[in-house]
Amino acid sequence: MEIIHSIKPFLAVLASLLVTPFLVWSKTPNSRETWTFAAATMKFLIVASMVPAVLKGSEIVYTVAEVIPGVAVKFRVDALGMLFAIVSSSLWIVTSAYSIGYMRGLNEHSQTRYFCFFAIALSATIGVAFSGNLLTLYLFYEMLSFATYPLVTHHQDQEARNSGRKYLLYIIGSSVGLVLPAMLMVYDLSGTLEFAKQGFLAGTGTRALIGILLFMFIFGFAKVAIIPLHSWLPAAMVAPTPVSALLHAVAVVKVGAFSVLRVITGVFGTDYLYTLHFGTALCYLAAFTIIVASLIALSQDELKRLLAFSTIGQLSYIVLGAALLSPKGLIGSMTHIAMHAFGKITLFFCAGAIAVATGKKYLSQMVGIGKRMPVTMTAFFIGSLSVIGLPPTGGFFSKWYLALGTLQADQLPMLLVLLGSSLLNAAYFLPIVYRAFFCTEQQSMFDSHIKEAPIWCLVPLVITAVGSIILFFYPTIFLRLATLAAG
Amino acid sequence: MTQHYPALLVIVPLLAAFIISVFGWIYKKLCYPIAVAALGVSSYSSISLLLRVLKEGVVHYQLGGWAPPWGIAYYVDHLNGLILVAVSLVAFVNLIAAKKSIEREFPEKTGPFYTLYVLMVTGLLGILITGDAFNLYVLLEIASLTGYGLIALGEERALLATLNYLYMGTIGACFYLLGVGYLYIVTGSLNMADIATILPALYQSKAVLAAFIICMVGVWLKMAFFPLHAWLPNAYTFAPSASSSLIAPLMTKVMIYVMIRLMVSVFTPEYVFNTLSIAEPIVWLSVIAIVMGAVLALAERNLKKMLTYIVVAEVGYMVGGAWIGNRAGMTGAILHIVNDALMTLCVFLVVGNIVYKIKGYAFKDLKGLFRRMPFTMGAFVVGALAIIGVPPTCGFFSKWYLITGAIQAGHYSFMVALVFSSLINVVLFFRVFEIGYYEPFSGHHGHESHPEVIDEAPLGMLIPLLVVAAGIVVIGMYTGNIVTHIIHFAIPHGII
Repeated sequence: MEIIHSIKPFLAVLASLLVTPFLVWSKTPNSRETWTFAAATMKFLIVASMVPAVLKGSEIVYTVAEVIPGVAVKFRVDALGMLFAIVSSSLWIVTSAYSIGYMRGLNEHSQTRYFCFFAIALSATIGVAFSGNLLTLYLFYEMLSFATYPLVTHHQDQEARNSGRKYLLYIIGSSVGLVLPAMLMVYDLSGTLEFAKQGFLAGTGTRALIGILLFMFIFGFAKVAIIPLHSWLPAAMVAPTPVSALLHAVAVVKVGAFSVLRVITGVFGTDYLYTLHFGTALCYLAAFTIIVASLIALSQDELKRLLAFSTIGQLSYIVLGAALLSPKGLIGSMTHIAMHAFGKITLFFCAGAIAVATGKKYLSQMVGIGKRMPVTMTAFFIGSLSVIGLPPTGGFFSKWYLALGTLQADQLPMLLVLLGSSLLNAAYFLPIVYRAFFCTEQQSMFDSHIKEAPIWCLVPLVITAVGSIILFFYPTIFLRLATLAAG
Repeated sequence: MTQHYPALLVIVPLLAAFIISVFGWIYKKLCYPIAVAALGVSSYSSISLLLRVLKEGVVHYQLGGWAPPWGIAYYVDHLNGLILVAVSLVAFVNLIAAKKSIEREFPEKTGPFYTLYVLMVTGLLGILITGDAFNLYVLLEIASLTGYGLIALGEERALLATLNYLYMGTIGACFYLLGVGYLYIVTGSLNMADIATILPALYQSKAVLAAFIICMVGVWLKMAFFPLHAWLPNAYTFAPSASSSLIAPLMTKVMIYVMIRLMVSVFTPEYVFNTLSIAEPIVWLSVIAIVMGAVLALAERNLKKMLTYIVVAEVGYMVGGAWIGNRAGMTGAILHIVNDALMTLCVFLVVGNIVYKIKGYAFKDLKGLFRRMPFTMGAFVVGALAIIGVPPTCGFFSKWYLITGAIQAGHYSFMVALVFSSLINVVLFFRVFEIGYYEPFSGHHGHESHPEVIDEAPLGMLIPLLVVAAGIVVIGMYTGNIVTHIIHFAIPHGII
């Protein structure tokens, strides 16, 4: 394996951070948005330029500073990080376009602040993806928590204030209360924090201690929203929809899932966890979340809340895939980061488009919407298929590998959980689509003058929906990266 | 010239204080430039001294050429070299930032204020640099007496608070003096290095034990170590902004230094950690200090007073770190002296700016501040994140060492206390952020029609604040260098 020293990962992180002064100084909204696009494109190009090397099996390393003797702020781009970075940086471009349509469509206040913190949040996301050790991961994880607070509470009303409190309580409370001490205990045990292929804890600590540390990490990264630390996510839905779309379907929650994956593979090592038999307990924890979240989603009437609970369930797929501790499960888990991202962001975009066009947020008020906004609801259908895991969408592949993983790991109950969850997903998504299209003109709740959302909203959701389908036919890049990362 | 830096460091501000007091009568306008120049010289000398220590090792200086143990020796090693730089720079930056508020709060008394200010810094720097236990007492009294004066200049209730502080502070200083007296009786010396060489034969002596305990209690009183903290919150709250942003970052931190100096250089770690078995209960005391500081801060509805309780909690961090008895803990304590000075300065400068503009610091005065004073509040966020302990701010890294020390020593209660205090700090600061961020908007959905009235503090106050905020992050990123090149050498080999 070749190690390449290059500043590129650092530049990818900085691209969106350094653009914030320009966002503030921009005289007009148009120039501000131009800067956002410039940064997003720049970031994506830098990330993309590293893909060939990573596909060849090389790792790109850059050390920023040795902040503590022996522990540096350090970037290391490997296949797993690259997979996540591609997903979040490419979707940022799409979301930027969507943000323009949404924020201007609703004439939201403080748009400059919004775009600034969005850019900072993206820096933090890429930072997590590329972090080479636990300290760097923690640094960017916390940066993301704080940068998203003003986004979640954008409306600055009482509801936003309450949700913001909940958000901080869960996210910061768990990371400071559990991850920080766990990280230091790991450091005390092994004397290093560098992620390694098979972890660096193998052979250290008693079984009880390793178990405690493992669960401190799993619950500490509350962004992955494992029950009972999930309720920040539905609360965070008070945010403007683009925030929910990119951050609470892609960046923030996936940072949680990614951190869990990273810790299981890079800190503990799947082999070590396998010898200690922690896989099954983790599996059941994830399975519980998957089923319960799906059941709660069934009973939701507010579209964004439904999507939030669906996300909670889907995130635990990623945890489940890792907990299987088998190569196929890991591949499924990692590809699910990408596939679910494209599907779920489409769904959120659709929810936002409906809100912009009609102002409606509740499913019971959306009968017949498909006839007025056919493009949006078609995209919604494609997104649902992807999340359920049906062809011809990318979501099919991750579920396929997860299912194979359960067989490989000899965890048959988990296969049932996956299948049951797919049925539940279908049960809460498909009726929405059905009611949107199949109704008489009398039943329809929308006048004929209701039209599709503005073009800036519409194009992004079409792009991501088409992206979900394309990923079915050309999943190669993500599959190859996942295969590389799973070893 | 260069070999006289240790003397210049103290003598320049001392003489400047007299000159300022004279000019206070004749020509007021000159007071401020003289004060700035004096502290500038001190800062410059302290930086040169630290560089010299890094290059050549410990610097000895005999005041007036009298050889110790009879003469007063100044002594700069890695420990006080680092803290000298921190203290002199904090005092210097604060002086720059304080000009406007001093001129507005008491235009008639600028002369006396600058005199006291410079004299207090003289005392603090003297405490840090001196190698003589009795001389330290003298300088401690200089710093304290001027401190009382600086605080008493504040609002109405400052007088009572000062009186309270004066009683407690005097008792503390007397305890320290008493302890030094005991030491003098048994060793016949006042020079720290000299005492340290004589003491090993006397480790079993009850008088030495008494000296140690009495000195410690005195020092704890002066640093407001819970439950000896009662004087601090009111004194720091009702002091004028410029005084509290000098005293809050420095006074407690310098006393922590005195404690560490007594532990490592006078009584030696061998005596403190091996002969005596009191480290464990003291770490427990610091756990209580941290928790109580956090809880008491939670009860406040007033920004400045809340911050003073955070200072009390932070004292617990450093006492605990020093007493945990291993290298990581001691590193954390020393690092935190510097970091805490910086972050306390940051948040108190913020309070200064707010008071300058809003004329209040109760929570209810802070409504809409993010819109009104975005830069000040931006710096406040940085300072708050440092106090919470978020990377890459410096506060994270000292917490890192403190927690590592706790884990290595198996003292998990200290770790839990540190984590608990971080979490409470999140609550404390976000409660303030919430008020600044939401309150004017409550009730109606904002749309972009709001007039953006930015009403910031003057640049003279803002720029130093932003420099400090940037420093918090920069120092954090350089933690590795500070630890390997300075603090590593500041801790005796006896502590593993």
